[in-house]
Amino acid sequence: MTSYLRPAVVLLALFTALTGLLYPLLVTGLAQAAFPAAANGSPVVVAGQVVGSSLVGQSFTAARYFHGRPSATTGADPQDPAKSIAQPYNAASSGGSNLGPSAAALQEAVAARVAALGGGPVPADLATASASGLDPDISPAAAAFQVPRVAQARGLTPAQVQAIVDRHVSPRLFGVLGSPRVNVLALNLALDGRAP
Amino acid sequence: MTDDLLQFALFAGLLIAVAVPLGAYMAAVFAGEVRFLAPVERALAAGAGAAVRQDQRWTAYALSLLAFNAAGFVLLFLILRFQNLLPLNPQGFDGLSAPLAFNTALSFVTNTNWQAYGGETTMSNFSQMVGLTTQNFVSAASGMAVAAAVARGLAARRTRVLGNFWTDLTRATLYILLPGALGLALVFAASGIPQTLAAAFDAATLDAGTQTIAVGPAASQVAIKQLGTNGGGFFNVNSAHPLENPTALTNLLSTLAILAIPAAFCFTYGRMVGDRRQGIALFAAMGLLFLAGFAAIYAAEAAGNPLQAGLVDPGTGNMEGKEVRFGVLGSTLWAAATTAASNGSVNAMHDSFTPLGGLVAMLNIQLGEVVFGGVGVGLTGMLLFVVLTVFLAGLMVGRTPEYLGKKIEAREVKLAALTLLVMPLGVLVASAASILAGTAETAVLTPGPHGLSELLYAYSSATGNNGSAFAGFSANTEWHNIALGIAMMLGRFGYIVPILAIAGSLAGKTAAPAGPGTFPTHGALFVTLLLATILIVGALTFLPVLALGPIAEQVSLAAGRTF
Repeated sequence: MTSYLRPAVVLLALFTALTGLLYPLLVTGLAQAAFPAAANGSPVVVAGQVVGSSLVGQSFTAARYFHGRPSATTGADPQDPAKSIAQPYNAASSGGSNLGPSAAALQEAVAARVAALGGGPVPADLATASASGLDPDISPAAAAFQVPRVAQARGLTPAQVQAIVDRHVSPRLFGVLGSPRVNVLALNLALDGRAP
Repeated sequence: MTDDLLQFALFAGLLIAVAVPLGAYMAAVFAGEVRFLAPVERALAAGAGAAVRQDQRWTAYALSLLAFNAAGFVLLFLILRFQNLLPLNPQGFDGLSAPLAFNTALSFVTNTNWQAYGGETTMSNFSQMVGLTTQNFVSAASGMAVAAAVARGLAARRTRVLGNFWTDLTRATLYILLPGALGLALVFAASGIPQTLAAAFDAATLDAGTQTIAVGPAASQVAIKQLGTNGGGFFNVNSAHPLENPTALTNLLSTLAILAIPAAFCFTYGRMVGDRRQGIALFAAMGLLFLAGFAAIYAAEAAGNPLQAGLVDPGTGNMEGKEVRFGVLGSTLWAAATTAASNGSVNAMHDSFTPLGGLVAMLNIQLGEVVFGGVGVGLTGMLLFVVLTVFLAGLMVGRTPEYLGKKIEAREVKLAALTLLVMPLGVLVASAASILAGTAETAVLTPGPHGLSELLYAYSSATGNNGSAFAGFSANTEWHNIALGIAMMLGRFGYIVPILAIAGSLAGKTAAPAGPGTFPTHGALFVTLLLATILIVGALTFLPVLALGPIAEQVSLAAGRTF
């Protein structure tokens, strides 16, 4: 039996050093040296202040901002840390709703969101929770849907706002990959005139 | 639709373009012809002692693998249980509970990588790197070693040995997984997947709030989790997290990485047994099953949820639990890939898929993870079906079945038939036991037929060593942590040991030259028979219970019924 144990233990120790320490630390060193912003979570810095990550969605509720997708993330209740309550866009604890397609809770949530948006049909991404709860993007249709509200709240014409939206539509990569999308944080920063 | 077809065609073309040369390279690695890290290899061999120098029979090969995985389990269990006492724990997380540490350690050692834990809310950086990343490499390398040994056994002529486990393990890690992961990790880190020892940063958000954004050494782990069909994510929601899979490019590379090595193994196998047509036939069978699975999931998700008609724009598909940057195509292609290969990482929430979309994802796993499957073990799982297929074909024509010129006799057929019991035991029996024990109802999130689907998916995922989940299922309980852990062990070693035994037995046989009565195992007829065998076994085993879960749910949706 020792003929199996020795190589098992020795190789496990050596592979742990090689793949568990050396490999991640080497990648860390190289990434921090070569592309520090990306390796540190792509923070967005405006006037010396970190306002978010360009890759992570954040919660917007004011009428003058474009809103991101519904988020199902939760967080500890400040009143009672043992309980968790809804806390949209909690980037320290990602999560989807995980509700099944036949769940009454899903059907009620979608109907309530659609009603809050003034009745359907609405772009699907505005009525459904994202997988991560941190989706940074909305579809171009979901942005266009919100243009009248944002324009009114900001005292601009819808055409002015739509022009800003159009500048922030990311096309498919190489014209093929992924879906066209609008990064909500970048769009709202541009509306505020605070683009980094 | 046209855009989606184009994306899929691009993906399929790239996969073949990667898999063919990679397969040739891996064959050279296992033949000992790749030596650019020879000094490291020698140093590892010197530490391991004399055991690495002699070729092993199947028993010694299997015992070496079991000893290595047992040692890996003990080490990982201790790291997770006591991570509070270890360094690199900036968030000050507690050690994991014993059942959770048991489940997670088994999960990573068996290449399942089921997440009963939440990544950024449970695991210290030390656990993620030293514990989980290490097993991501070596559990994958263990499976690859098995495939190399089995291929050697089939190619061998009257010998008893299959190669040396320690040597195969070392070569798979040094020459295939490490270089691949290193390159991929750097592309990932450049694309925005964090790679830092910090835990989080705070932001003052635009709309009068604050946000704590979790980061960490993610890129290095994400790269190997994809390449090694591991799938355990750095973050809770895995590759749906915008920091774990931020762009269309990372999504494409990840999806390719999921299937690259399992697909390449078909070509490696063809070269190792000296008849490339054999490998191409297996690739064709796997490819056709994959294509059918993807098409079904895509169609189901693109059709959307009928209950949302009138509420959301038609034509955008089912977006609950999906991310905008991937859309329906990117999410369903990933779902097909991750469940076909026993990877288990997700970029969308399978729990919120339409019933038929979820059914196909589940069925991909239940077929025994042979549609590309896990690195190495997907190929050997498919070879078990090959043994059964040549046996059935032999019965039909009344000849002794042969594969690669070797007679398939009672011992091989019995061992292969034995493995047919693994999935029903781990999925049906364990699910039934959970229901009887009263632990199923309390764990499901969505009641009704969907609840049964959640339970079935959990035990399918564990037994298939997949690791993806209908994540509404609350698996982090004493019962499910332990029962799922046992299912993972059954699903891993219940296949590996019999296939090594079959390889050992075939290695000792002489190969008869092909004659006019030989049934060829590379043509379209054989591929058709092989597919029929796989689908009949899978359907007979799982169709009844699928009728009670996803099929009943789809019918309910059509009737407008919610639960």
